[in-house]
Amino acid sequence: MKKKLMIAGALAALIMSAGAQAHRAWMLPSATTLSGKDSWVTVDAAISNDLFYFEHFPMRTDGITVTQPDGTTGKIENAATGKYRSTFDVHLTQPGTYRIANVSTGIMGSYTLNGKQERLPRGTTKDKLAAAIPAGATNVQTSEMSNRNEIFVTLGAPTTTIFKPTGEGIELVPTTHPNDLVSGEAASFQFLLDGKPAAGLKVTVIPGGIRYRDNLNQMDLTTDKDGKVSVKWPEPGMYWLNASIGGGREGGPGGPGAPGGAQGEKGPQAAPPPPPAAPAGPPVRRAAYITTLEVLAP
Amino acid sequence: MQISHRLILTGVTALGATGAVAVPASAQTLNLSVTIPRLSVAEYHRPYVGIWIEKEGATPRSLAVWYDYDMRNGEGTKWLRDVRQWWRASGRSLTLPADGITGATRAPGEQKIAFTAGKGPLGALGPGNYVLLIEAAREVGGREVLRLPFSWPPKPGAVMKAQGSSELGAVALSFGK
Repeated sequence: MKKKLMIAGALAALIMSAGAQAHRAWMLPSATTLSGKDSWVTVDAAISNDLFYFEHFPMRTDGITVTQPDGTTGKIENAATGKYRSTFDVHLTQPGTYRIANVSTGIMGSYTLNGKQERLPRGTTKDKLAAAIPAGATNVQTSEMSNRNEIFVTLGAPTTTIFKPTGEGIELVPTTHPNDLVSGEAASFQFLLDGKPAAGLKVTVIPGGIRYRDNLNQMDLTTDKDGKVSVKWPEPGMYWLNASIGGGREGGPGGPGAPGGAQGEKGPQAAPPPPPAAPAGPPVRRAAYITTLEVLAP
Repeated sequence: MQISHRLILTGVTALGATGAVAVPASAQTLNLSVTIPRLSVAEYHRPYVGIWIEKEGATPRSLAVWYDYDMRNGEGTKWLRDVRQWWRASGRSLTLPADGITGATRAPGEQKIAFTAGKGPLGALGPGNYVLLIEAAREVGGREVLRLPFSWPPKPGAVMKAQGSSELGAVALSFGK
């Protein structure tokens, strides 16, 4: 049991540091627009360099949840994890839009006690934070992170019930429904951070199929004061969208493409910034959002 | 709620009645000819075809969809999303099979179908500019969409034509009384 937990921890660390290492976590559904009364999607889930090729590490499936169009919880089926990817199925039995999500939250941090630096145990949550820091600890540094990786699939006409924000982390609210995207058209999405419009959020959009071209063709966008971005899709296909704050991830401060970030996608990585010498205070907010969007031909 | 709903219905009926006055009671028809090309391919399946009309500012209206509607467990509907422009414009908001719209796939050759104004899937047409679209998608094959713009009421003797290049042949729209 303990061993299993350690592996889980190691994997979680890998996922969390994914952006900083230029690895990208993603879920790729077999289809996003489906017809019929009843249908299935198969999803590949992996952490890789190139999109969307499984060539590095599988994504764990234990944290993946399904929200059905009526708001009730669905389930993943036939989950299997291989060397490079995980795969699972979702049975679509209701008309409307489903969310398939991998959401994690937690607090990371360290403190100094008796001249020795200690790390907060993994799995520390907000309500347990006070208890996790012993009396006499100094130089307490914490960061609160919320990671959300989610995809949407629609049986029949798109619906919006599942987009009710939870108020935690970065969330996408459709202006354009994410299952109603067509190349040549502009789509608009609103991003929320902890339930409020995320103004000035850096959003990165990269088309799949990286292996067969020289340029990344990355679109670097910034949300306006209402947390909105507009994306014009240059061609049909699957796109990876990433937005983050505070973590040095792709698109975020310190990440590639951002000021102070690594130059070039596969160029030498910038040295990690030195830990801030901040006094104990409110946790640094770290949040990341990833989705995979399918853009259809007109 | 119920009351306002009825009011809207009454409004529609009133508009329809006005239309019937402007265009005398003799039914006007849209006569459509769609040629499905004969293809020399290893594996041939008849195409799924969506036919609908669009008018700026109005909800697109499905006139016909030809697919394998009689497959067990409605399995033919699984591939309707491949008629992708029709699916987005209208198909995805229909309940299938749709009365007066759903039909069987058609064989290669010239296929004729007529729609009557004020009745069935075409319904009442207000005056204005419309586009009739025909989209064909074939299993293990390609997909093509053709557009036939027309104005309503039609000019006497008007015929709109288009020529497909892959999944559709010649299409023509004429008008009758």
